[in-house]
Order: sequence, then C-alpha cells, then structure tokens
Amino acid sequence: MNRLRRDLSLLFIFGFFTLFSNVCSDLVISKLDRQIDLSSQIVRFTTSLKLENNGVEAVSKVLLPYPENQAKNLAFLLVTITEGKGKTKTSSDRLPVDVIHPEGMPSLTWYAVSLPKELSKGGSLTLEVKAVFTHLLTPFPEKITQADAQLVAFQDSAHYLSPYAVKVQSLTVKLPEPKVESYTKLENTKFSGSEIKYGPYENIPPFSLPTIIVHFANNKPFSVAQELVREIEVSHWGNVQVTENYNLIHAGAELKGEFSRLDYEERPHVRGASALRSLVARLPARAHSIYYRDEIGNISTSNVYSDSVKTLLEIEPRYPMFGGWRTAFTIGYGLPLQDFLFKSEGKRFLDITFGCPMNDMVIENIYVKVVLPEGSKDISVVAPFPSKETREAKLSHLDIAGRPVVVLEKKNVVPEHNQNFQVYYRFSSLSLLREPLMLVFGFLLFFVACIAYVHADLTISKSSSSYIAKLQWDEVQTAIQQFQNIMNRVLVIHNKLDASLRDLSRTGDVQACKAARKTADAFLKELTKELKPLLSFLQSSPQALHIVAKVEELVVKEKELQEKVMLKHSMVVDSYEKKSGGKDIDNRIAAVQQKITLLRQEVDDLLEVIDEI
Amino acid sequence: MATQETSQSATFRHAFGNVLSFAVLLLIGVMAFSIRLFSVIKYESVIHEFDPYFNYRVTQVRLVFVYGIFANSFLRDQFVYPLGRVIGGTVYPGLTLTAGTLWRILNSMNIPLSVETVCVFTAPVFSAFASLATYLLTKEIKGAGAGLTAAALLAMVPSYISRSVAGSYDNEAVAIFALIFTFYLYIKTLNTGSLFYATLNAIAYFYMVCSWGGYTFIINLIPMHVLLCIVTGRYSPRLYIAYAPLSLNVVSIRMLNITFRREKAASSQASSLISEVKLGIVRVVMVVLGTLLAALVPVVGFNAVMTSEHFASFLGHAANLQMSFSNSVVFIIIHVVALVYYIKGILSPQMFKVAVTLVVSVGMVVCFAVLAVLIALVASSPTKGWSGRSLSLLDPTYASKYIPIIASVSEHQPPTWPSYFMDINVLAFLVPAGIIACFFPLSDASSFAVLYIVTSVYFSGVMVRLMLVLAPAACIMSGIALSEAFDAENFLIKAGDTTKVTQNDVKHEKSEDTIKERSSRKSKKKDKENIERPSLVSQVEKRLLVLPLETSVIAVFLLVLLGAFYVVHCVWAAAEAYSAPSIVLTSRSHDGLHVFDDFREAYAWLSHNTEVDDKVASWWDYGYQTTAMANRTVIVDNNTWNNTHIATVGTAMSSPEKAAWDIFNSLDVKYVLVVFGGLVGYPSDDINKFLWMVRIGGGVFPHIKEPDYLRDGQYRIDSQATPTMLNCLMYKLSYFRFVETDGRGFDRVRNTEIGKKHFKLTHFEEVFTTHHWMVRIYKLKSPRNRIRGKTKKSKSKSGTSTSSKRSGTRKKNPWQ
Repeated sequence: MNRLRRDLSLLFIFGFFTLFSNVCSDLVISKLDRQIDLSSQIVRFTTSLKLENNGVEAVSKVLLPYPENQAKNLAFLLVTITEGKGKTKTSSDRLPVDVIHPEGMPSLTWYAVSLPKELSKGGSLTLEVKAVFTHLLTPFPEKITQADAQLVAFQDSAHYLSPYAVKVQSLTVKLPEPKVESYTKLENTKFSGSEIKYGPYENIPPFSLPTIIVHFANNKPFSVAQELVREIEVSHWGNVQVTENYNLIHAGAELKGEFSRLDYEERPHVRGASALRSLVARLPARAHSIYYRDEIGNISTSNVYSDSVKTLLEIEPRYPMFGGWRTAFTIGYGLPLQDFLFKSEGKRFLDITFGCPMNDMVIENIYVKVVLPEGSKDISVVAPFPSKETREAKLSHLDIAGRPVVVLEKKNVVPEHNQNFQVYYRFSSLSLLREPLMLVFGFLLFFVACIAYVHADLTISKSSSSYIAKLQWDEVQTAIQQFQNIMNRVLVIHNKLDASLRDLSRTGDVQACKAARKTADAFLKELTKELKPLLSFLQSSPQALHIVAKVEELVVKEKELQEKVMLKHSMVVDSYEKKSGGKDIDNRIAAVQQKITLLRQEVDDLLEVIDEI
Repeated sequence: MATQETSQSATFRHAFGNVLSFAVLLLIGVMAFSIRLFSVIKYESVIHEFDPYFNYRVTQVRLVFVYGIFANSFLRDQFVYPLGRVIGGTVYPGLTLTAGTLWRILNSMNIPLSVETVCVFTAPVFSAFASLATYLLTKEIKGAGAGLTAAALLAMVPSYISRSVAGSYDNEAVAIFALIFTFYLYIKTLNTGSLFYATLNAIAYFYMVCSWGGYTFIINLIPMHVLLCIVTGRYSPRLYIAYAPLSLNVVSIRMLNITFRREKAASSQASSLISEVKLGIVRVVMVVLGTLLAALVPVVGFNAVMTSEHFASFLGHAANLQMSFSNSVVFIIIHVVALVYYIKGILSPQMFKVAVTLVVSVGMVVCFAVLAVLIALVASSPTKGWSGRSLSLLDPTYASKYIPIIASVSEHQPPTWPSYFMDINVLAFLVPAGIIACFFPLSDASSFAVLYIVTSVYFSGVMVRLMLVLAPAACIMSGIALSEAFDAENFLIKAGDTTKVTQNDVKHEKSEDTIKERSSRKSKKKDKENIERPSLVSQVEKRLLVLPLETSVIAVFLLVLLGAFYVVHCVWAAAEAYSAPSIVLTSRSHDGLHVFDDFREAYAWLSHNTEVDDKVASWWDYGYQTTAMANRTVIVDNNTWNNTHIATVGTAMSSPEKAAWDIFNSLDVKYVLVVFGGLVGYPSDDINKFLWMVRIGGGVFPHIKEPDYLRDGQYRIDSQATPTMLNCLMYKLSYFRFVETDGRGFDRVRNTEIGKKHFKLTHFEEVFTTHHWMVRIYKLKSPRNRIRGKTKKSKSKSGTSTSSKRSGTRKKNPWQ
C-alpha cells in the first residue's frame, strides 16, 4: 500500500500543474470517452477524444502526456483518426507518434501525435488513442496462500490527464468479474455489472488528477516471459523453422506456504484459482513438426488442433504455475516456405509475425532472430514499430562463412505487437546447389582417396628383405594354390575313370570306356605339363623350402596313384574284352584296388597338410 | 590358359565376395544402430537411468570448462559436495572423452548437435563398431562366414542391447567395443606375429582401461590364455610378441596407479596448490616412464590412472595387487619359456637336460619363497587381501551377507536362469556346438575363444551385470556353430542332389563334384580364406556324410527357425523390455496410453523454483538425476563413497520427524525428496526401498534396529505395522494427507490400507507434489517457527498460570 500512497501523492502534485496554463490551450477537447480494460494482466486504455481548435493558428501536433509510472510500462500506443459513428465508423492509418520534451511543462512523458493535415481554426476531429500497458496491476496482498484469490490494485485518475481543457468526459473501468473489493467513490460513480463508471464530468481544466484506486480480484494467471528468443530460420528448400525459447514467470501474487496437490486436484478453481494451467499458442495454418520440450526433454502435456486458418497448440507447463513460480521451455514448428516468402523487384522478402503466438502473455524482452540462408545479401528490415536491430552470423550444417542473422530486440511486448514484419534480401537460387555439390565432391574425394590408397604401394623400401620376402611368399602361395587346383582336378579325373569302369560293369560298353580313358589320358598329360613350371618355381623359391618336400612327395604319390589307376583301368578293360567273369575281375584287381585306396588316403592327407600351410 | 581363366575368375569372385561381405557388414552395422532406436522412437531422445545422467553431466562440464584429460583434476571440485564422488580419481574418462571428442568433431564440421544428442547416440554407434569388431575377431578364429554370423548375432543380442539402447549413456556403451577390439588385436597379433598389431593392441587395451572396470577381465584372461598356450606346448615367438607389450602396459599402469593413489591421499591432507604442482610433476614423470615402458601414447597411459569405479572404497588395493601379481607371474613365465627355447637352440641335447634340471631345482626354491612371502602378505590384511566386490565374485553370497550396500544394488545379484534365456536366448543352446567346432581344429585363436566363453560363463553366473561380458563370447561361439552347421548342411543338401541326379553311390564322385560347386558358391559369399581351403572342409564333411537329404533339409529349416526365433525375441526385447527410459513411465489402459512424467516434473520444479545453492536430500538412487536435471546439490548420490554418509541419510529417513529434522538441518538440507508410488502403483518407490535405508543406517548407527520396523519379521505398513515404522519420517512424508485421496488410504503397491492415516507434519511442509504423487518434495520448516512456538507456549503458560495458584510464584506477570 505504501507504494500506492507514494504514487498517489505524486499525482496530487500534478494537480498543482493545473495552475500552469500553457501554449497548447488553443485546443479544447470537446468530448472524451475513456475505457480501461482490466480483465487480464494487460491494461488497455481506449480513449476517443474529439478535438476542437479554438485558437487562431492551425495545429499540426496533438500532445498526449502520460505519468511516469504509466509511461515506463507503456507497451503499445496507437493513434488513429476516426470519422462517423457506429457502423459507419472508419479509422485512418496509424498516425506517427514521437516522444518530445516540451519546455515549461510538468515532468511527464509527452507524446506528440502528428496530424496528417493541420487542424485549422474552428475545425474538429476525433482521435482514437489505444494504449496498452503492462505491469500496471499490483498484486495486493503480495503473497497469498493456495486457497486465496489473487487481488490486485489499479490506480489512475478519474479525469483524463491532458494539457487541454476537457468539456465533457467519462471513464469506464472494466473488471474481469462483477466483484470488487473496494474502489474510490467520487461524485457520479456507478458500479454495475463488472463495470465502474466515473462521470460524466464537465469542464475540467488541464492537469486535473483526482486519483481513483480499484482493488479487485483478478484470477487470470499473470504469465510473463522474461525473455523470449524467437529464431526464424529460412531454408530455401521449402521450410521456415521457428523455434521459440520461453523463460516464463507467473508475475501475480506470490504463493506462500504449502502447495498441496490434493487440494489443487480436488477443487482446482478454489485452491489454485490463479494458477497458470495451460497456454494456447495460435500458430499459422499448415504449421507442422510441432514440438514442445525443455532442457530435460519432451513435455508430454500438449495438444494440437488445426483447421484451414490456424493451428492451435495448447501446452501445459510441467507443473501448474503459481505466483512467483518459474519455468522455461521451447516450442518449435515448421512452416511452408511459400506462405511466408515472397518476391518483389528482384528481392525476396520474408513476411512473418513479430510477437509471440501465445495469448495474453507479456514479454519483457524479445529477441527475434531471422536466420537467412548462407550467401544472402542486401539485407534490410521493415518493421511496423521501432526495435533495436543488430546482425550476427550463425554456423550450421555445411556452412563455411555462416548464415547472416538479423536480430530484432524489443522490450515490453504484448499481443498487439503480433504484426507482420518484413526482411528483404537477395539470394541467388544457384547458391542452393552449393551444399549438395559440396557433399557430392566430398564423397567423391573420399572414394578417390580410397581407390588411391588401395592401389598405391606404401612400402617405404622396395628393396628391403622383408618386403621381397613378402612378395615371394605371395607368389609361393599362389603357386601352391594352383598346384592344389591341379591336384584336385587330377583326382577328379581319377574319379571319372572309376565312374567309367562302373558304367562298364553296368552296360558292358567297352568302347565308351576306352574313349573315357583316352580323354582322361589327354587331360592328365595336359595337367602334368601345367604342373612342371609350378614345381620348378617352388623348387627354386627360397620361401617354399619347407613346403617343397611335401609337394614333391605329393607329386610322387600322385604319380604312383595315377599308374595304379591306369593299371586297374586297363586290367578291367582287358578282362572285359576277354569276357572274363565279374568275380575274376574283382580278384585280379583286388591288390591294385587296395593299393589305390591306400595311396588315395595318403594323397588326401598330404593335400590337407599343404592346405594348412 | 585354363589356369589363367580360373585365376581370373577367382580374383573376380574374391573381389565380389569382398564387396558382398562389406555390404553385409554395413547392413549389420545399420541394424545394430537402428535396433537400439526404439527408445527414441517410442519415447524421446533422452538420457536414461541414473548413471548415464552422471556421465552426461561430466561430459557437459568437461566440454564447458576444459577439454581433455586434464579436465579430471578440474572436475574434482565440482562433485564432491559434501562427500560425493571424487571425480579425479573415480571416473573412467573413456566414455566422456569419446562423446566429447565426437561432439567436438561434429561441431567443428558445423553440424550443430547438442551434447545430449551426441551422448544419446554414442551407444548405438559404438554397438555398430562392436559388431564390426566381432566380425574381425571371429574371422581370425574361424573364417569370414562365422565372422559375419557372429556380427549379426551380436548386433542384436538382448544382453548388449540392454546396456546400449539410445540414451543409455553408460561406460559399457563403449567398453564392449573396446573389449572385443582388444581381443581381436590380441588374436591378430597372435596369428601374424606383427609388432604393428601388438602396438595397436596395447593402445586398444589402454582405451579399454579408460572406459570400464571390466578391463580386469582382459588383464586376467590374456595371461590365462598365454599360460594355457605355454602349458599345452603351443609357445611361439608370436605369442611372446602378442603378450609382452600388453603386460608391460599393465605394469606401467599399476605403477601410475599406486603413485596416483598416494598423491591423492596426500593432496587431501596437504595444501592443495603444492600438492597439485607435485602431482603434476609426478604425472609428467610417470607419463614419460609409461611411454618409455610401453611405447605408447602418454595421455592414454595417464588416463588409465583413474581406475576404481562405484563404491571405490570397496575396491581396495588388494584386488589390484593380485591382478598385477598374476600378470607379473605370467610375464616372468613367458620370459623364462622364451629363454628356454632360445637356449634349447644353442645347447646340445645333453647339455640342455643338465641345464633344465639345474634351473628347475633353483626355480622351485625361489617360487616357494615368493609364494610364502605372498601368502604372508595376503594373510596379514584384514579381508585376507580380498575386496568386497572381488570376494562376491568368488563367493556369490558374500555381499548379501556382509555388505548391505553392495547387495542393495540389483545388478550385483547372481542371475536367475530365466535371465539367461532373456539375455542371450537361443545362443545358450548354440554355444556348446560352437565350443565343439572350436576343437576342429584347435588353434591358438580358437583355444582363446573357448577360454573366453568358459570364464565369462562363470562370471556371469556370479553377477547379473557381467552377463554383458558373456554376450560377445556367446555370439562368437554361436556364430561359429551356426556357420559350421550351415556349411555342413548345405554341403549335405548339395551332395544329396548330386546323388539323385547321377544315381551313383560312390563317395569320391560326390565329394569332388561338390568341391567345385561349393567353391563357386562359397567364393561368391565369403572371401579368400574359405576359398583356399574348400578341400579341407570337404575332408571334414566327408566324415559327416551320413544324413539323408530330407534330414539335412529339415535341419537347415530348423536352424533358420531358430535364427528367426532369435531375431523375433531380440526385436521384442529391444522394443519392449529394454527401451523404456526409467525417467518416463507409460502404462496402457483401456483409454489409451498414459504417460507418467512425474520425475521430470519434480526435477523441473526444483530447478526453476528453488535457490541455486539449496541442498536436496533424497535416497541415493535419485542423486545423479537431481544433480543433472534439477541442477541442485544433493546430499548423497549414486557414487557417494562414504558409507557413513549414506547411513546418515538412511538414519534420518528412518527416524521420527524431530530427529530427522535435526539431522537434515545439520547437513544444511533445504528440501527432502521422496518417491512414492502408492497412488498409481509404481513399485520401485522409497517405501519399498526403505528396509535398505534401515539396514544401511543401522549398520553405522546402532540405535536404528531393523526388527523395530518389522512386525514378526514381516515388513508392513498397514495397521499391524510397528509404531516405529508408522512414526518414521519416510512413512510420514510418503503418506502425508494420502488418506484424503480416496478416504481410506489404500496403497496400490502394497495392496493394503495404510496404518496411520491422519497425522500432521510439524517440522516439514509440503511444497510440491507431482501430478501422480510419484515425487513429493518437502521443505524443512525454519527453526524460527519453533522459537515462536516456545514463546507462545510460555505466554500461554503464563496466561493460564495467572488463574492457577502458581501465579504467586511467578516473578513477573506480564499483565500487571
């Protein structure tokens, strides 16, 4: 309450300024209608003033003063000229407003509205001033328990603070609920429904400030983002990625004492009336890949509803937020590029909203970062309201120089700031191909390097003994492999001969058998020929010393085997030609057959031994 | 000409086989990676469990403050409040360094991934590497076919998946790769005798030491194998080359370790700056020494210093002493054997015999002396030279008997039979076949594989956690078994085909024909080594040629079925059993999926709505998470080395409110966090863990007695519970105002109504309870309240005393 008193006394001091009549007094406000909307944490003043010029000179500027405590919380000021009434009411574009410091005036914050055309003598016009303030509602008491309702106090003057005399004025204060703890009662004060009416008051001199204080219950959560970083990344591959980092606090009356989940769940509207349960973000239509997380992971309490006009994202913080509680989270979504990127006069421009999509949220500091593709040039920003602009660079996937980033910084942002702003830049479509080409060349280089590595001989000394030994060993190995191949083929031929003998015993076709023998002979001769150079090589190679013995043994055994097989073959064929009986043949070749089996076993064993080498 | 053609086609086949096996390996790698992503797809990209959160935080801090191994000395002060983990001495830097390096590389390439993302995906990436290492190792043992099969099996073995799903950022994630790779390099060195591979092996071994406490397994397994080779007469120079550098490593690590321990003890006493400088100098000296000794990268050698793991105090010097002992013994033996072989070459047989008898007799005497000294040393130490965890390795019941804190960790319990089936599934049946296959023929490499599987089976039987060491061994063995079986069956089928076509029944014909077919088929699929020895295979298989065609077809079919069953089981295990991050719980009910995100709700609340230097007390399970997610200092965490400290918190939890308040207040605690599952039926809550708190607390503070909390030996919280139980802090904090939820206080975990329903808290106030009541946070009421209460009391006393007859005795009456 102390703070209120102080402010109050300040306002009373202003009352004395009424003594100063000043230069502006040529203008007179003939009719003034003021509405103060207190239904949320954001205080909205809507004032319509009908101005008349009673002076001699034409007036081009209208002064709008605000007391310091309001001016420092002023988030948004919009002045328009309206004509007509009711349905025929039309409003002009917003008028330019500047801060000025007029001489000899009380120390208020002065805004000067420049009229599009001067107001000549006797002329009149209607101005509509829309001012939006944050942090004007003071929680009182400052700390409440879970069961208490959140009470706030609001103070202003019943009369409009103006350097001009006001003929008729009235004030309407709109409350969130048709209940009020207390309010200042002046003459002509009426409380009805959820509205308090002051006035009409007539013929009020300039700087008249009778203070009013309204103390009422406002259980709306006071969600204030102390910092919001919006990163809008433009990719010409068809996507605009928006990432918003919130640092949120419930700026209402602080919770003192216990928080009981039980009470909160059982009677949520009594125990925890002012708690922040959920936030609704209104995203553009066709928003996709929406996510909602914080630094420790995904937050599962969210819903998305979408239609053709908008996408509604309803998110709940991890825990219900009571007064003084904080949280931080990130939401992100992708937008189709063609909805937001346009071309004009050889330049491209991004047209996207500035403020945050959340309803009823106050943002103390907003940083809007627009990340343009690498290689963008001639960047300029067109914003509907002043903001601090800086540039930086961001290094991301496959960047070399970094992507140009436009950073817009602004304090005290309210939903009224949700207007589009434009970033103009030049970007050649060919630059799009740079990154894929980079990848292609990168992989190409990699494969070429691989090929080169595989084919290059990286031996340091070609004449070193170990290197030569290795080469020789390789040769020996191939030779042995070939040798084994030949041996295997020889064995196959032996088997074929055997098979022909079996055929013979079945069919008795001696000619076929002889033919088989002939081909086998031819093959064997050829193989023996092939074997010769291999053997001589192995014998000459110093590396093969320990193998040569085995190989030679194998060759000898194989020769023996071959002879025996041939012998058996000719014996059987002979017997057939002589038409000997089956038993007889068996008896005759029994010894040979035994030898063959034995040799065959030895050859196989030797092959295995060589194979293991 | 024919030879030219064949050689050309052989090289072509060779190249083709190489490309094919490369492609198969690549696919195996992709599979190993992607099968571990269930957790990310089903839940989200988040770090799981408790320990990984600690590792994640270390990685973060390491990246923020100082990069590289020297970070450890900086980290030391970060985590020690008040008796937490001594980072410098207890953290294996392998994992955090690996992930940190990965992150650095990615960022330097302008790929902006967050540290968390890199940490989450480290384990899947390294499991792909582990499959590759398995391929290489098995290829060295039994050929490329077996290698590919083993790699495929390892890529999806559930035991390994359980520790390496995306988000499971634990030491095992990289350690299993390092383990297999070290074994591969050892075998490779053994097979080739190349000094190059020996050096690589030493480096890989150092990496392993940096990564996981399981390196002791390698330290012991390799000497065992060396010893086995020597005993079975398989000593060769290659064995010496494979073992000696590694062993030198071990010795140098030991030396570093001992110095570091001494320095650590010194630095905790002496002023920090001087000891820091001293430490630095000693480190440099030791690093140089280590380099000289093992010809190795110094940083790795330095890193190997940080050895002891969880509950470092329980892993004493003794275990290390034994390990270095076993190593040095084998080291000496191999040198002796090498010397013997050398001398044998020089001397004549007679001289050699004389020398042997001489040396043996002298050696026996020396050995006995050393043994006696050692026994005396070991016997003189109180635990007979064995540390708690090592003892529980030998006697599985040891820990549960004597050290409750070790026994309270579920992964230190012996496994049950079902857990074998769950974790290695059909591999358990294939392993024996693989062992048999390893004996045909028995080489150095395959004997190593046999030794590996035998020891790991034993160790896995002791501790569930070591099942992880068994998994690669089982995969290698099963890979060998499957590959050999398929080879044989395929061969039989082909053989059967030829008999049908030619109507012949003579052996030779068949086998020779199939050699051709086989070699062509094989060379397509596998590479060189197999082509080189088709005849060998045929030789072996010729003896198996007894099964008819139908049987072989059925056998192949059954094998495929077995494999399919394994795949189905693995995918199920990956998707359902092992992918749930313990931080988020889900349950399916008739109205869809229900998410329980209470833990993060509570941690987020703590992190945003308490002062930065507030301290939070909870049971140690939640310590790491609170540190990492809530960013608040905890009193005990998962690695508090001081048992007394944990016992203090346990005592506070089991004491009545007033005593607990005193304990917590003396620890400068602001908030107490309890986990309570009674409302939603979450079974692993603090009430279920409470007996451990009582036991651990009672182990240090004898006034806490376990029987006081048990009614007739039963742990209960209903109306039959003991008054001590119903009045302890844990009970009160868990059930505060619980009765008001449903009117009777029905606990859904214990399935009973609670004993004491209506009570108030005098020294604590509830400040936060999560949506499903799973985490409840209480604040210690400030002592000011008590003083006011006292004055009030005295006032009221004096107020009433005015009416009583004692009023006259009062010195002052405030109302007069």
